Amino acid sequence: MTDVQQQAAATGAPDPDDADWTVTQDRTPETAPSDDGGIGVRAAISFARRSWRGLTSMRTALILLFLLAIAAIPGSLLPQEKLNADKVAAYLAEHRTIGPFLDRVGAFNVFASPWFSAIYLLLFISLVGCLVPRLRGHIVNLRRVPPDAPARLHRLPVSRSDLRLGGTPAEAGERLRVLLRSRRYRTVVRSQPDGSLTVSAEKGYLKETGNLLFHFALLALLIGVAYGSWFGWHGGRLLVAGNDSGFCNTVSQLDDLSLGARMNAADLEPFCLTLNRFHASYLSDGQPVQYSADVSYTVGTGNGPTTTDNLRVNHPLRLPDANVYLIGHGYAPIVKYTDKYGHSVTQVAAFLPQDGNMTSTGAIMFPDVNINPATGSNVDPKTYVKQQMGFAGFYYPTVSTSDPTDASGSVYPAEDNPMLVLVPYRGDLGIDNGVSQSVYTLDQAQIDSGRLTAIDPSSPLRLRPGQTARLDDGSTVEFLGTRQWVSLSLRYDPGEKLVLGGAIALVIGLLLSLTGRRRRVWFRVVPEASGDGRTVSVASAGGLARAEYASFPVEFDGIVDAARESDGDGSADGGAAREGR
Amino acid sequence: MAELSRELLFGAIVAYVIAMMCYAAEFVIGVSAPGGALLGARVRDRELVGAGAPIAARSGADDPTPVSPPASGAKPAGIQWPGLSGEAAIGSSAHADRGLRWLPFYGRLAVVVTGIGTLLHASGLVTRGIAAGRVPWGNMYEFLIAVTLVCSIAWMVLAIRRPAIRPLGLVVTLVLVVLLGLDLIVLRTAVEPLVPALNSYWLKIHVTLAITASGLFMTGFCVAALYLIRTGYEKRAGDGRPVGFPYTLGPRLPVATNLERLTFRIHAFTFPIWTLAIMCGAIWAEAAWGRYWGWDPKETWSFIAWVVYAGYLHARATPSVKRNVATLLAVGGFAVMMVNLFVINFAVSGLHSYAGVG
Ligand code: HEM
Repeated sequence: MTDVQQQAAATGAPDPDDADWTVTQDRTPETAPSDDGGIGVRAAISFARRSWRGLTSMRTALILLFLLAIAAIPGSLLPQEKLNADKVAAYLAEHRTIGPFLDRVGAFNVFASPWFSAIYLLLFISLVGCLVPRLRGHIVNLRRVPPDAPARLHRLPVSRSDLRLGGTPAEAGERLRVLLRSRRYRTVVRSQPDGSLTVSAEKGYLKETGNLLFHFALLALLIGVAYGSWFGWHGGRLLVAGNDSGFCNTVSQLDDLSLGARMNAADLEPFCLTLNRFHASYLSDGQPVQYSADVSYTVGTGNGPTTTDNLRVNHPLRLPDANVYLIGHGYAPIVKYTDKYGHSVTQVAAFLPQDGNMTSTGAIMFPDVNINPATGSNVDPKTYVKQQMGFAGFYYPTVSTSDPTDASGSVYPAEDNPMLVLVPYRGDLGIDNGVSQSVYTLDQAQIDSGRLTAIDPSSPLRLRPGQTARLDDGSTVEFLGTRQWVSLSLRYDPGEKLVLGGAIALVIGLLLSLTGRRRRVWFRVVPEASGDGRTVSVASAGGLARAEYASFPVEFDGIVDAARESDGDGSADGGAAREGR
Repeated sequence: MAELSRELLFGAIVAYVIAMMCYAAEFVIGVSAPGGALLGARVRDRELVGAGAPIAARSGADDPTPVSPPASGAKPAGIQWPGLSGEAAIGSSAHADRGLRWLPFYGRLAVVVTGIGTLLHASGLVTRGIAAGRVPWGNMYEFLIAVTLVCSIAWMVLAIRRPAIRPLGLVVTLVLVVLLGLDLIVLRTAVEPLVPALNSYWLKIHVTLAITASGLFMTGFCVAALYLIRTGYEKRAGDGRPVGFPYTLGPRLPVATNLERLTFRIHAFTFPIWTLAIMCGAIWAEAAWGRYWGWDPKETWSFIAWVVYAGYLHARATPSVKRNVATLLAVGGFAVMMVNLFVINFAVSGLHSYAGVG
């Protein structure tokens, strides 16, 4: 108990909501009802009741919250499936004993694991269980009038006695009521049987209101997060610039897609999007300054109007039920291959950047070349292997001018001195056998099995834009230039608004809760016969504040002084004694 | 300009070191003076004050040993300076004035030198901002300069408004010197513009709030730590047990209840700021990365710190939890903040790893 509470107890104040002046919310366990049926049932009920009490106590909620925090730690130290699947695979390959175990307990997907969800759910139930009774109690409290004055006001932490107020007690009481009301105290005046009159006033309910708001906001936040993960989705798409390479938001046209538990692919917001132009600006040391992508899009399934927008980092495209974020970019070399029969095909292949200077690597595949006009097939009649073409290599937006053959890396991210370095492969690319395969590398299994072989790997082709190289069979490769590509993240989270609203309410509640101060002030006005036969009033006053309100005595003094001034002859009570402690 | 910034910051460190030595001198002298000497000092002080002589000047001039403030004598625990032990009294300027005249020379010097350090520190941050042509909190080096500056300013405000807590300056300057020194020597980074993801006004709001909250938590941590030292001292002295190292600082500290209340006030003030900082970070993340929360290591540890501090506020509001246990949670909260700042930036890569290190 705090001093203040002890004081309140000592004064024996007839205080119906004394409990409210103590802070703890842990209720004492009740004894099980005795009129129940069998022992087993009774025990079960009492166990259930005790479990419920335990679960909904503030201490449990806090322990659960701590558990949530501790459970989050492995999620921040171990690689996570959602954030970085490659690292998880690497970790599993490296730790052969502990890896599978960690995998089984969900350590690589902590934030979706059953135990994390269990803590989350228990916390939720605990919060509901403890908030509902508190809300009920607070509403009852809000409607209750301030309790009557304690018998001995002078034993309160701050008090004054012998305040001489003019007029009858009823008049003085009315003035006090007006005064306290004007200070936004909730005030009630009571006439006592002995002819005296008490004024009770209380203020600071906003503290508890704010506190409840805070905790309910927390609840709203938890609901919003869950709702968003059920009814939201997110996907990714690498989009090369150009009218011919737009995409629409369907499962088949996204590179990856993750649907919320309550979502169907058919629920995806229909829209189509094209990248018109991408521009990146860099400092002279290669540090990026700004990325900007001009896109055009149509919303809806029909041929809606086309709208253009400019997508930047921190500036997503917001569609009704989807947001599009610019999260990466790179170069896509355009290569024209003319086979020995004179048939040419042009391909645009996105290369993936490897470093800050955009040294990029990738593969360009020409599955439908070397088709013999006579046979209509590109299968070599002797080896029965397809004669498809593939190129693997690097693209350097700026090679070092001092040594252009030095292919150690790009020296600047913009295309100041570009070069494409390719190793040509001929054979079966292995892309027709139904197994999905990366478009950024040639199939290593095909190379290892000898079905896809490099042509003169010791001297790769070095091409500047516009240059052409001739291969052993007389076919040619021309590097036409590059297009830019962007990687887009597409997301929809319907819980977002609830989470934001909850977070704002949470802060407001927190501020109210931390700055609010509950306090009570009482006056007791006693009639006294003055010398000339009139009745005058003598008052005593006392005040009580809950903890954390060190300057309450100052406010109390202000009220008492104001009471005397509003009386009109404050000088009459020179004898008023301050008895603060 | 960037060089000037560094020089100013090294100047600030020097000032903090000098201030720290002044606080330490005040400490050592205060602790080593036997009770009798304290009493004697009090008598002399009275005479000097009566004669109207400025005590600090006198003691500085002909007596290298500054006089210690009088002991209240009531408890073994304690030095309560007249008029300065109660909250209400601390607030009133008349009392503070009287208190100021009682303050020993070294202590006042320490506060003045800390103030000089704060000014140098602030100019160091401003010149860094001018050199970079943007808000000077774009990487970890700048972040830590700003955090320590907030801590230092918060300390100056406290030390001026409540002279009684001045002995805490020893720990505050120690923390400042260690962190700022570490920053200048280990984390120094050349001036660079922001990477595109950081180029947002939410950055300014989010990082400003995070810096403010971290700096204030740092101050709060110093007070909390000294509160624990003080209670430890009171307990040991009360039991008649020997008083070991950190607790030997105890007798010169303000009474435990005042330290505890101050600890709470700082944390109650800072917690909403931290909450807002996390919120604005989430809003920024939504715009930059497409999700408001992704359990990125930085986000995760900010959340952990938030929970620990929430736990502190709860524990403090629960009468059945002892105050020193609750305060341990506040100290733990700051430990988590430090893990978040150092361990996560260096050891764990995440989306936040633009911090300009490694
Ligand atoms: C079962 C659950 C809970 C109960 C019964 C409960 C009860 C309370 C009470 C009575 C206070 C007011 C203390 C005061 O008078 O200052 C409080 C404050 C607070 N609660 Fe909870 N709480 C619960 C769960 C939580 C959870 C899960 C959080 C999550 C972070 C939380 C965060 C806070 C914070 C930050 C405060 C400080 C605000 C203040 O001091 O007024 N509470 N809680």
